[in-house]
Amino acid sequence: MEAEVEETLKRIQSQKGVQGIIVVNAEGIPIKTTLDNSTTVQYAAQIHQLVLKARSTVRDMDPQNDLTFLRLRCKKNEIMVAPDKEYFLIVIQNPTD
Amino acid sequence: MSDKPNKKNTPGKDATKRRKSATSTTSSQKSFKGKTKTTAAKKEDTPTTPTGSATESGPPEDIFPLVLTSKTQELFQCRADEDLTQDNLHKIIKKEEILNDMKMRAAVSDFYPVKQMVMNYPGEELLLVFDRDFKYGQSFYLVGTEDTKERILHPPEPSEEEGVEEEDLLEPFLYKTPEPKPWESLGSSLEIEEESVKDSRCKHRYKISRKRREFGAPVKFTDRNASVVRDGYIECTPYPDKSFSVTKMEMDTGIQAVPQLQETSTQTKWKYPRNACTQYVPREFTDEEKENFMNSQSLKDFINSVALRFEIAVQQNEIMDAFFDDWKALGEDESTFGGKTDTHLKEYQSFTDLYYSKDKAVSCINWHPTIYGIIAVAVSERLSFEDRINLSAKLVLTPSLILIWSFSDPIHPQLLMECPDDICCFEFCPSDPNIIVGGCINGQVVLWDISAYAERLQSTRTGGAKHTPAAVNALPGFEDKNVKKTPIVRYCAVSSIEHGHKAPISDVQWLPDYYEISRQGIPLENKNGICVQIITCAPDCSVNFWDIRPPNVVTQAMTDRKKQEEKHLENPQGIPNTFKHLDLTWKPLIKVGLPRIETSGEYSAVKVSLKDILQEGRLRGITDKSRAAKLEKSDGGLDYGMLRVPSAKNLKTQEDISTTFFVGTEDGELVYSDFKLEKDSDSGKLTSSKPTRCFVIHDGLVTTVKRSPFFKDIVLTVGGWTFAIWKEGLMNGPILQSSASQKKCTVGHWSLSRPGVFFIGKEDGNIDIWDLLEKTHEPSQTQNISTGQITCIKPWIVSSKQHLLAVSDEFGTLHILEIPWTLRHPSSNEKLSVTNYFEREVKHLKYSEKRREFREQEKRDMDAEELRRLSEIVHEKTAEQLEEEVQQEFREYLKLEKCILSDMGLIKPAEDNPLPGV
Repeated sequence: MEAEVEETLKRIQSQKGVQGIIVVNAEGIPIKTTLDNSTTVQYAAQIHQLVLKARSTVRDMDPQNDLTFLRLRCKKNEIMVAPDKEYFLIVIQNPTD
Repeated sequence: MSDKPNKKNTPGKDATKRRKSATSTTSSQKSFKGKTKTTAAKKEDTPTTPTGSATESGPPEDIFPLVLTSKTQELFQCRADEDLTQDNLHKIIKKEEILNDMKMRAAVSDFYPVKQMVMNYPGEELLLVFDRDFKYGQSFYLVGTEDTKERILHPPEPSEEEGVEEEDLLEPFLYKTPEPKPWESLGSSLEIEEESVKDSRCKHRYKISRKRREFGAPVKFTDRNASVVRDGYIECTPYPDKSFSVTKMEMDTGIQAVPQLQETSTQTKWKYPRNACTQYVPREFTDEEKENFMNSQSLKDFINSVALRFEIAVQQNEIMDAFFDDWKALGEDESTFGGKTDTHLKEYQSFTDLYYSKDKAVSCINWHPTIYGIIAVAVSERLSFEDRINLSAKLVLTPSLILIWSFSDPIHPQLLMECPDDICCFEFCPSDPNIIVGGCINGQVVLWDISAYAERLQSTRTGGAKHTPAAVNALPGFEDKNVKKTPIVRYCAVSSIEHGHKAPISDVQWLPDYYEISRQGIPLENKNGICVQIITCAPDCSVNFWDIRPPNVVTQAMTDRKKQEEKHLENPQGIPNTFKHLDLTWKPLIKVGLPRIETSGEYSAVKVSLKDILQEGRLRGITDKSRAAKLEKSDGGLDYGMLRVPSAKNLKTQEDISTTFFVGTEDGELVYSDFKLEKDSDSGKLTSSKPTRCFVIHDGLVTTVKRSPFFKDIVLTVGGWTFAIWKEGLMNGPILQSSASQKKCTVGHWSLSRPGVFFIGKEDGNIDIWDLLEKTHEPSQTQNISTGQITCIKPWIVSSKQHLLAVSDEFGTLHILEIPWTLRHPSSNEKLSVTNYFEREVKHLKYSEKRREFREQEKRDMDAEELRRLSEIVHEKTAEQLEEEVQQEFREYLKLEKCILSDMGLIKPAEDNPLPGV
C-alpha cells in the first residue's frame, strides 16, 4: 500500500519544475515530505491555516459548496494544495524555469 | 483718662491730622505738648466740647486753616515760634498786604486758597492765628469774619463756670497726686457676700480602704437576672412630655433637583512590563506514526483522488505560464530588434601614463571591488626571456609598478605600487580591498597593504583636484614638494624565494571567505569570515595554496623565527606591518603537483580555475562579521598577524565545496585535477593525486581559463587560435570549440550580465563579442580597440545603467569602454535559453561520443570479419553467395561512406534510422 502511495507521489514529483511535495494531516502536522524539515514545518503550518480559511470562506458563501483545490501563484513559484477531510497534499512548483 | 470717652476720636483724629500735615517741622513735639495740654485742660475742655465736637466735622465756616511757608512767615512776620509764640498767637495782617502778595506770587502764594474770602472781607485787617495745637488741621488759620476776629482777640467775659474754666485753661497744669479716701460702701458688698462661697463647717475627711487580705483574692462572678432583683437596673421610661405637645405645623424644607449621581471607585492593579518568552517546537510525528499513516487506507484513497487534480495543474503550468505578461514581453523584444542601434562599445575613458607605462605592456587589470572609478593596472616590460637577461642590469633600475588610476584623473595615476619585479597578475582581496596580492615574474608572491592610502583613493573618487590641507597651510618656500606627487607604496611582504615558485607566476586568485583549505587539501569551514588563502600557479608545474596568516609556531624553523625577530624592529620606508610575519619566510600551505596522466613529467600550468571561487563583480558578504570585527586593529585595518591557522580538527569539513579544478597549460592542454592530497600507499607521504583528464585543445598556450558567472560548471578556455567552452563533469570534450580564427586569441572573459555573451581579445587589437544565442560560428560583433595586442579584458558592473569594460593592450594603454544596452541587457529568459543550448550541446556531445564508440565497435567487427573471410581459402562461391558477397560489400561500402561523412561532420548521424534502401 505504501508503494502505491509512493509511486503516485513520485509521479507528481517527477514533473517538470516541481520543487517539493508535502503530505499533511488535518491538524497541520507533516506526514511525508520531500523538502527539508524546517521548510516543511513552516509550509505545513502556514498552508494549513490558509486552507482552513479558504475552505471556511467558500462554505460561508454557499454551505453546499466546498474547496477542492487551491492554487497560489507567487513570484518565484506556485503552491498548490488539495484539501481533504483528513489530509492535505501540498505541491510547490516552479512553472517558468 | 476721663476725657477719653468724651473725646473718642479726636486724639486719634488730631494725631492723624498732625501726622498728615507735613509742613510743620515741629509737629511731633507739638503733638505731645498738645496732648498734655488737652489732658490737663480736661475740665475746661468739656464745655468747649460742643465746639470741639463741632471741629470733628471740619473747621467752622469762618475759620480758614492755612499753610504758610517760611518765606511767607518771614514776609508777614508771623514766623512760628518767633513772632507768633504761645503767648502771642494772633497777628493782624492788612488785607492789602495779602492782596499784594497774591498779585506778586499769584498761584504760588500761600493765601491763594483763601483769595475769595480775603477779597470779600469787609474789614481792613485780617486775623491770622497760629494754631499751635492744630485745632483746625493746619499750623495757621485765618479768620474770615470780623465777629470771629473780635471774639478771638477779645474773648468775652465768660460766666462763672466759663470763667473758671477759662482761668483754669490759662493756668498751667499741675499734677496732684490723688489722696487716698476711706472706702464708701454703696451696698455692693452685700451682693458680693451673698454670692461668695464660704465654708459653713469645717471639711470632714474620710479615708476608706479595703482589707489587705482581700487584695488579689480570686473573684467569683455569677450571673444575675437584672429584671428579677429589685433595683437591679434603673430605667428611664419614656413618657410624653406635655411641654412638647406643640406640633410643628410648618416645616421649612428646601428641595433641589439634582441629577442622579453615583460615585464608585475601583482599585486597579498596576501592571508592570515583564519580559516573558516561550519556546515552541512544531509538532511532528515520529517515524513510526508516519509509517502508520503511509500504510493507512485513507491516505491511499486520498492520494488517488487528489493526484489527478495535481497532474492537471502541474501540467498546465508546464504547458503555458498563465500569468505571463505578453504585452510587456512584446515591448522588450521590439527594442532589441531595431530600436537601439548602438551596439558598439563606446570609448569611455583611456588611461596612459607617459612616464610609467611608456614602452610597457599592461599585464593585468583589476577593478577596485568597492570604490567606484578606481582601477589598478600592472605594467611590465615587453621583452622576451633572452632580452630580459641581456638587459637585466637596466631592468633592475627601472622599478616595476602597479598603477592605480582614478576616473577623475586620466593623466596622473593615484597610487603606485612598487613590486620587486614585473607583475604578471594580481588580485584585490575580496574581503579587504586594501590587501593586494600579486604574482611576480621571478616566482615570488607579493603582498601590498594600501590601507594608508585608502582614504586618498576614496576622496579621488568624488573627482576634482582637492587641495590637501598641507598645501593650503604650508608657508611659501617650505611647501612639501611631494604633496602633489603620486605616492609610492612598497610591498609589505614577499614569499620565500626557496619555497615559492620557480617560474613566473601566471595566475593568482583569492579563495572565498567561506572556506579554507587545510594542509591535507580538505576544504574546511572558515571561521574568520575573511579571505585568508590564495591559490597561485606557475609554469613550474605546480599549483600552490598560500595562507596569509602566520604559520603555527611549531612548524616554524629556527632560522625563520630568528629572521622574524630581527625584522621586528626594522620598518624602513614606512611599510605597513600587516604582513611582517610573512615577509621573506612565506611558504605555501600546499603544493599541488600536476603529474602527467600517461607519460611521465608534469603539466606546466598557466591558468587555474576553481569551482568555488568568488566571481568578480559579485562579492559574497562576510557571513561572520563579528569574527572579522575581533581582528580589527585600532586604526581600522584587519590585523592579519593575529590570525592563526587553526588546527584542522576544530573546523568543520565543508562537504559541498569541490576540490577539483581546471588548469590550462603552456602546451594548450586543459587538465582536470583534484587538489585533495592523497596518502601515497608506498611512502605514506601526502602527495597530490594525478589529474583525472587532460584535453589537448589549443594550439598555443592557454591564456584564459574562466568560469561563467552564471553557470558554475561552464568554463571558457582561450588559447592559440581558438577558444573552447567546457562543462565540468563532461569528460569527452568541449561543448563548443571555435574554428581557428585569423589572428591569435589572446584573452577572453565572460560578460557579467548576459549568460551567453563573452569577449575575446585578439592579437591585432580587436575584441570579438560572441553571443551564443545569436551565432555560434562567428562572433556577433568585432570592434577594434587598439593597434597592439589585447592583453587583458575585465568587465565591471558599476550600476544597472552603466557597465564598463576595461581593456588593456601591449602599449601600456588602458581603455575603458562602455557596454551598450544591447550587450548588457539580457533578453528575457536568456539564462534559460543558454542553459538549454548547453544542454543540447551536451546531449550532442554525448550522442556523438556514443556514435563514435558504436562506430569503433563496428569497425572492429568489420575488421574481424575481414580477417575471417581472408582466412577462408577455397570457397566455391555460388551465384547466391556471390550476390550475397556483393551485397555485403555494398553494405560495407555504405557504412564506410557514412562513417567518413560523419567524421567530416557533413552529415549529422541520424538516430538509429537505417539508410534507405538497405
